[in-house]
Amino acid sequence: MPDTVTAAAVPVVEAAGISKRFGATVALSDARIAVAPGESHALVGRNGAGKSTLVSLLTGIQRPDTGTLRFSGEPAPAYGDTDAWRAKVACVYQKSMVVGELTVAENLFLHRQSTSGLRPIRWRELRRRAADLLAEYSVDVDPTRKVRELTVEQRQFVEIARALSFGARFIVLDEPTARLDARGIERLFTRLRDLQRQGVAFLFISHHLQEVYELCASVTVYRDARHVLTAPVAALGHDDLVEAMTGESAARPAPGRKTRPLPADAPEVLRVSGLAYGDHFSGVSLSVRSGEVVGLAGAAASGCVQVGETVAGLHRAAAGSVEVAGRRVRNGDVPAALAAGVGFVPEDRHLQGLVHHRSVAENATLTVNDQLGPYGTVLPSRTRAFARRMIAELDVKTPDASTPVSALSGGNQQKVVVARALATDPHVLIAIRPTNGVDVKSKEFLLRRIRQIAEEGRGAVVVSDELDDLRGCDRVLTMFHGRMGPEFRRGWSDEQLVAAMEGMSGPDAGSGHSHHRKESDVRHD
Amino acid sequence: MSVTTDLNAPERGPGVKETGRGGRRIDFARYRDLSLVPVLLVLCLIGFIVSPAFLTTDNLLGVAQQSTELSLLVLAAALILIVGRMDLSLESTIGLAPVIAVWLVLPDAGRFAGLGLLPVWTAIPLCLLVGAAVGALNGFLILKLRLNGFIVTLGGLTMLRGLQVAISKGKSIVDVPPSFQYLGSATWLGVQAAIWICVILFALGGCALAWLRHGRALYAIGGNPEAARAAGIRVDRLTWTVLIIGSVLAAFAGILYTGHYGSISADQGNGWIFQVFAATVIGGVSLNGGRGTLFGALTGVLTLQLVVNVMTLAGVPPLWNQFLNGAIIIVALIISRFASGEKQE
Repeated sequence: MPDTVTAAAVPVVEAAGISKRFGATVALSDARIAVAPGESHALVGRNGAGKSTLVSLLTGIQRPDTGTLRFSGEPAPAYGDTDAWRAKVACVYQKSMVVGELTVAENLFLHRQSTSGLRPIRWRELRRRAADLLAEYSVDVDPTRKVRELTVEQRQFVEIARALSFGARFIVLDEPTARLDARGIERLFTRLRDLQRQGVAFLFISHHLQEVYELCASVTVYRDARHVLTAPVAALGHDDLVEAMTGESAARPAPGRKTRPLPADAPEVLRVSGLAYGDHFSGVSLSVRSGEVVGLAGAAASGCVQVGETVAGLHRAAAGSVEVAGRRVRNGDVPAALAAGVGFVPEDRHLQGLVHHRSVAENATLTVNDQLGPYGTVLPSRTRAFARRMIAELDVKTPDASTPVSALSGGNQQKVVVARALATDPHVLIAIRPTNGVDVKSKEFLLRRIRQIAEEGRGAVVVSDELDDLRGCDRVLTMFHGRMGPEFRRGWSDEQLVAAMEGMSGPDAGSGHSHHRKESDVRHD
Repeated sequence: MSVTTDLNAPERGPGVKETGRGGRRIDFARYRDLSLVPVLLVLCLIGFIVSPAFLTTDNLLGVAQQSTELSLLVLAAALILIVGRMDLSLESTIGLAPVIAVWLVLPDAGRFAGLGLLPVWTAIPLCLLVGAAVGALNGFLILKLRLNGFIVTLGGLTMLRGLQVAISKGKSIVDVPPSFQYLGSATWLGVQAAIWICVILFALGGCALAWLRHGRALYAIGGNPEAARAAGIRVDRLTWTVLIIGSVLAAFAGILYTGHYGSISADQGNGWIFQVFAATVIGGVSLNGGRGTLFGALTGVLTLQLVVNVMTLAGVPPLWNQFLNGAIIIVALIISRFASGEKQE
């Protein structure tokens, strides 16, 4: 595990008094950070705290206005000298920095396939070098495959190997876990610990505090463009960390901890029976009663996301039925699902959730266009009024209803997506990874809001592999390889739930379950 | 792959990849750029059946000669599309560049009022220079001013065509410099010079894209410009270079065309850009950039030209050509869609 940092060691990177402005916005103000050799250092902060700006300064993409930056005691390379920067600091960006149409080998040696521009590339040798590089970091990927055929996880390993191949002993990982499932994250962490043993230091940026505790030795917190604290992780409690990030005391009840017991005659708002879709899942049955929040937990390949999408009408089920408030919903028909009273928060708000250049108002009212004017018209005044109500209700931080939604922070964008799902006044809300890529405070707000929906007499399904999302649920159903696994009542332990999501036997898993597992294993291969 | 090669070559050949259980199957997606080769073969077979005149050297060389100008434009369009840009003004450059060159070198005589400012031998360099200038202007507007490339070059298409009409006073120019005529009509080793030049340019371009770092960079820029920039590729400079090369190729196509027909008509190149894009795309080059090969683009041009040739030989009235051209584009797209198994979005 992370070794203690000796005071004598010269930090691999040391930034002091760094400031950076973009026009009128102060992105960083007198910020500092220092990472010792071989140290695992976390950088946390809410959206807009200045983390991304720091990354662009540390990697030489942007130049700080003031302050000094030193790598292993030496001054930073000249601005624009890409090769020198890459030899000092490696970076795996939030955005994918590989070219999908090219092979793994070529991506690894992008723009250095040959020694000079006029020398022809020797493809055989390039593939061999790529294989060596992948073997060095024990990445099990065929160098001749195209990158777009790889999984997100493999792509990330390729990016890490490439970043380190320039000789840097310090790597910045900007939210590397955002697009990985629990298993992928575990493998990433194993890989990172290996690297750390080889003396590589890293700066780990994440919204998930659990990951910080699991992986990192020390943590630096930024808030409102300023450095707030740097401390060893072990000495900092969860609440203290949240407090440092938000500037408020975290001593409030966790979302939905205190809930009334469900009345025995609470009507069923959603009933799914025997649902099956392609090779994603089959035989899925579940029921949600009025006032209930049900968690549906599973890893990326478990099919739980597809269950949520099928209920929302995005996929046409091969078998089974969906009933909302006692009425059967037409299969594979989004308008029918909306009309029946299904509210849907999609998995990826960028791809499926938002129309980026349009206003907050338009995005929030996309599902209720029919209520905004007579005879199919959409009246701007009514749109605005409707949107203002939604903005107030969900506490969306936006200058105005007409602001383009792309100008908002991740958390507020997600609130707009949730607002839209609630605009139709649904009987049941299906929320897929509702807190993906949002900061701590927005996360709590969103989870509390979902609980509130249930308290209003509706139902909610939270599809996620994020334990924090599931903690507030009344019941958690698990899925593994397209089949239902054990069900957990409130009071489960993290280990139990994770084991169930990974297909290991849960608490009430009998022989039937392990039989399922075997069968699905065969199918999966 | 035959059994013998399998035994002799334990290492994986291109286009063969392992499936989950270690079995081997041919990966058709990797041969996407060759998807029109069977179509070409079928066309040749049909041609052979409908007319004995089809499979003669004269006819095939004739088709090739007629394809040269179009294929140079396709070469240009393919390079520009791979780098993720678009240039519609190529079809005007093919007419404008020779007109300006001729205007500057020919004396004021007969129907066309030339300036006669420069010696006649400068006609070819001047023509290419005009092409370079057009490409540089497009690059400036697209990359420096950050204007939308599609609309900028659409404006360029109209503007350059208008400039050509204004200079030539809307008439055809029948006097052309001897250097143009030589390139358009000479034969080297029994084959027209234009065909040789075309083949050499395609081969050079293909090799550069396959084996040179800067050639590979075009794919990186077209596929993911941010990744390319982060890898140290000078994205704007290289894109600009490609735009200039594209326009120079179009100007050169203008020289060949002018030399071949011995005159510059006022609507030289008019409407070609649709054929150019069609040929490029059915040849497997993506409109979204980062994908495709020059060989594929070449098979695209040849397909379009062979269809017309076979139809003519089969006695189909030429009035049907336009319809057939459109139909073959759609059919070819469907074939390559299913041969590669990928959606074209």
